Amino acid sequence: MSELLQYVFIGLGNGAVYAMVGLGLVVIYRSTGLLNFAQGELAMFATFGVWTLHEAGLPIWLALLGGMAIGFAIGAIVHQVVVRPVGDPHQKPLAVVIVTIGLFLGFNALAQLIWGTNEKEFATLFGNSEVDVLGTLVDWQKLGALGILAAEALVFWVIFQKTKVGLGMRAVASNPESSALVGIPVTRILMIGWGLAVSVGAVAGAVWAPTPGLSSNLMQLPLIYGFAAITLGGFDSFVGAVVGGLFVGVLTDVVPRYVDAFEKMTLAPAFLVILVVLLVRPQGIFGRKVVSRV
Amino acid sequence: MALLEVQGLTAGYGIVQVLFGLDFSVDAGEAVVILGANGSGKTTTLRAVSGMIAAGGAVRFDGRSVRGMRPDRLVAAGVSHVPQGRGTISDLTVDENLRAGAYSRRDRGIAADIEHWYSVFPRLGERRDQAAGSMSGGEQQMLAIARAFMSRPRLVLLDEPSLGLAPLVTREVFDRVGDLVRDTGTAVLVVEQNANLALAFASRAYVLEAGRIVNQGSSDELRGDESIRQAYLGS
Ligand SMILES: Nc1ncnc2c1ncn2[C@@H]1O[C@H](COP(=O)(O)OP(=O)(O)O)[C@@H](O)[C@H]1O
Ligand SMILES: [Mg+2]
Repeated sequence: MSELLQYVFIGLGNGAVYAMVGLGLVVIYRSTGLLNFAQGELAMFATFGVWTLHEAGLPIWLALLGGMAIGFAIGAIVHQVVVRPVGDPHQKPLAVVIVTIGLFLGFNALAQLIWGTNEKEFATLFGNSEVDVLGTLVDWQKLGALGILAAEALVFWVIFQKTKVGLGMRAVASNPESSALVGIPVTRILMIGWGLAVSVGAVAGAVWAPTPGLSSNLMQLPLIYGFAAITLGGFDSFVGAVVGGLFVGVLTDVVPRYVDAFEKMTLAPAFLVILVVLLVRPQGIFGRKVVSRV
Repeated sequence: MALLEVQGLTAGYGIVQVLFGLDFSVDAGEAVVILGANGSGKTTTLRAVSGMIAAGGAVRFDGRSVRGMRPDRLVAAGVSHVPQGRGTISDLTVDENLRAGAYSRRDRGIAADIEHWYSVFPRLGERRDQAAGSMSGGEQQMLAIARAFMSRPRLVLLDEPSLGLAPLVTREVFDRVGDLVRDTGTAVLVVEQNANLALAFASRAYVLEAGRIVNQGSSDELRGDESIRQAYLGS
């Protein structure tokens, strides 16, 4: 029992990272209607920013804030310089998807070029101690990940529901043309969206990095789980990303421990989730069916 | 000097030219209609004026060239555009649609303006927290008009408000916009197929055919014109 609980907490802690990756994916999906295949690599790049600032002597939490700012700038620049010139993603979806795949490869190569191919040790945000929860020892780092996810969800809610920029982002996601006509600076809004996505990616990377160590491949697994998370929760739903991420986290950490068939295939439960959801409820649990506009 | 002055306007899509040098103008506080059949280029004209598509020729608003200006800048300059199909931002509530309409503003009067529009259109007030996309076509048209006025424009471009509306509802829309022109002094340029209502609403009219203006005059003159009667008034 307490062993199961331990796996559940590990799963929730990891799931929090998938949820954060999912949040970034949802931000971009809502404004472009596309999956951003570069989400993981952009996050990894920003995580190297955190690492570099920490190496330079900043405390890890300050380094994280700095990395988020770097991530925001990277996202904004990528949108302005690479994504936007390709054209309207609603008109040319394939071209934009290919660009995000190109970004994936480009940022991976660039990270190797700048920081080498050796894995770097990455400081934990919450130290290495454990805490007793219901008779089970749980890493502070896993609980902390859940706390950060909760804070992020709150910040997202405030930004999207309570601020003018958030209103602009929701308007642009719903009807970009009409948004421009009512006076919303659509390009700037999209740029902020990309910045926000990479910024949360930096947090996801910094929470994830201590376990596998920091390398250019850091976010490839979390990206796949992030895809599974938003497939389950709905590509356009922030709530869905959080719930889906936590569910996928628990699923992929618990199931392989008890089901022999999955022991050597820890990715399999995630793919099963994607497959089943796509068959049964393609819009995801919290997502909405695409309604055609009048 | 005219509020909106358009000379030699050309526009198209890719290699297909749609507009072949239009001249028209709208004075401050004036209601003007561009009449045209389906496909004559009405929507393209408004899209070219508000910078949604590339255009040639001269477009001056308040004496200043605004050709090619980004739509959001143009809104800030004082031109609102209600697109064909009403441009409802479906996933936002009615209230949020109105706030979106005030996006270019930085003053503190926005909440009071929203309440004002709820008193003008009580149906919108009743539905303020409802997703805008769930309202009827007529309600969405009222919302689009109120939203366009939220930026406190001096000119509103209105694209075929009658589209998809029952005749009675269309009549009400025109009545309300007519009231607004009179009460607020805002100029309105409407493009329409429905000549009856549009000529009753506007003081001046242009007739657009295949991307060229082929006739113009006061609404009364055009109502009496035999070719107009045959082509647009069904008599
Ligand atoms: N997005 C577009 N791409 C290509 N051609 C278009 C597009 N929109 C309109 N057209 C063409 O331009 C012409 C004028 O269209 P439009 O301005 O929509 O006319 P109206 O609003 O008077 O019905 C039509 O021949 C139409 O087929
Ligand atoms: Mg039209």
